[in-house]
Amino acid sequence: MKRVVITGQGAISSLGTSATTTMEGMREGRLGISDLVIRDVDRLSVKIGGQVHGYDGADYFSRQELVLYDKFTQFALLSAKEAMTQSGLDISENLSLRSGVIMGTAGGGLHTQDENYRNVYEAGKNRVHPFVVPRLMMNAAASHVSMTYNLQGPAYTVATACASSNHAMGQAFHMIRSGATDVMLTGGSESMLVFGGIKAWEGLRVMSKDACRPFSANRNGMVQGEGAAVFVFEEYEHAKARGAEILAEVIGFAMTSDAADIVTPNQVGAARAIKGALLDAGLNGDEVGYINAHGTGTTVNDKTECAAVRDVFGTHADKLMMSSTKSMHGHLIGGTGAVEMLACVMALRDGVIAPTIGYEQPDPACDLDVVPNIARDAKVNVALSNAFAFGGLNAVIALRSI
Amino acid sequence: MTQSVQDQVIAIIAEQAVMDVSEVKLDATLEGLGIDSLGLVEAVFAIEETFDVQVPFNANDPADSQFDITNVQSMIKAVEGLVAAAGN
Repeated sequence: MKRVVITGQGAISSLGTSATTTMEGMREGRLGISDLVIRDVDRLSVKIGGQVHGYDGADYFSRQELVLYDKFTQFALLSAKEAMTQSGLDISENLSLRSGVIMGTAGGGLHTQDENYRNVYEAGKNRVHPFVVPRLMMNAAASHVSMTYNLQGPAYTVATACASSNHAMGQAFHMIRSGATDVMLTGGSESMLVFGGIKAWEGLRVMSKDACRPFSANRNGMVQGEGAAVFVFEEYEHAKARGAEILAEVIGFAMTSDAADIVTPNQVGAARAIKGALLDAGLNGDEVGYINAHGTGTTVNDKTECAAVRDVFGTHADKLMMSSTKSMHGHLIGGTGAVEMLACVMALRDGVIAPTIGYEQPDPACDLDVVPNIARDAKVNVALSNAFAFGGLNAVIALRSI
Repeated sequence: MTQSVQDQVIAIIAEQAVMDVSEVKLDATLEGLGIDSLGLVEAVFAIEETFDVQVPFNANDPADSQFDITNVQSMIKAVEGLVAAAGN
């Protein structure tokens, strides 16, 4: 089997408009959650989110591009650009045939949907812009990344709600490991901070109106965010031969389904995914130093996740660190695993563990080292990234420093 | 004739429990009626739609919400309070 390494990363989130600034935000424990600035916010009961304030697509894209790019596509393209620049990859005609892109998203072009539903239902218009379909389709971001970088191999989108990015990156890992491709751009993108996107989540009654406080006894729900992250996954020998800087190695991946409940998380399914990733990577549990938690800040997720980690790691659960960066950038739904992967790379490469901010009161049901409020310097060789989606779909990725 | 708040709340709960309204007793708990968290969220929604009120309920901590879901009786009382406050 081929080895798979990361040679580039790019992102945009409420913490910053690049991977570099997003990681800076994580290091500083900065709060990227603030009052939402969106149309009809006064009709929402949840008025906060991890929004990329001051963002204007026209700062980055031409008019001709913008008519085709929903915000989730713009976020993906900006991230891909940063990742490709860092990787220094030159996609030759030969390489293009062995390169692809797999992106995660849960909602696709929601800005386009929201705006055009308003046009036809609210404003009573009988005509919509001709590009509504190519803008809103779930694969738009993956396709535009493919076109921008001439990636002619496998290209598609994975939609598994909050685990979309991890499933996408896991599949990209499989593609290279199996020898099917040499280079994959992969990650996830989401821009659900529109009236309909938040109103829908309000209905479930799992949202916090004030803050995301994962693992804290007084947590009262999740907070949505928006943004994207894209990584360049590359076959190890290929990266080495061209002298590329390697950020980390992807060493394992596992996915499981709870086959149980459409919204309630399940300890057994989560634990099987974590164990599966260790097994796939050939790791002992005690080699894991850091876990980027799913850590949504809901009562049920956080205690279920902690129980699953205890179940898998036994006494080592008390030695490893596990934090939720959603406390800072919010829950990016289909894009969340990708942005959170940055925290794993930061732990492995820079020896800095991103904190769980907003942590106020210990909860006996979440009694792990959640790196409360302040980032920590620590040497870590192996990190995991958890994602557990609605629908009972779990996906865990293992990374190693190199 | 308009139905009382009590009858309407019982009807909503009975629908979630897949029971006849006559089987929903005032001292019954949601758990006893076999209504899970999703069923409860749906019932809260139905109550809001029926009475045009906002129910202060957060699924993360039902016990801490200002909406008492101890049993059917307490929910009826809470809804009556909300309806009175809304002046509907």
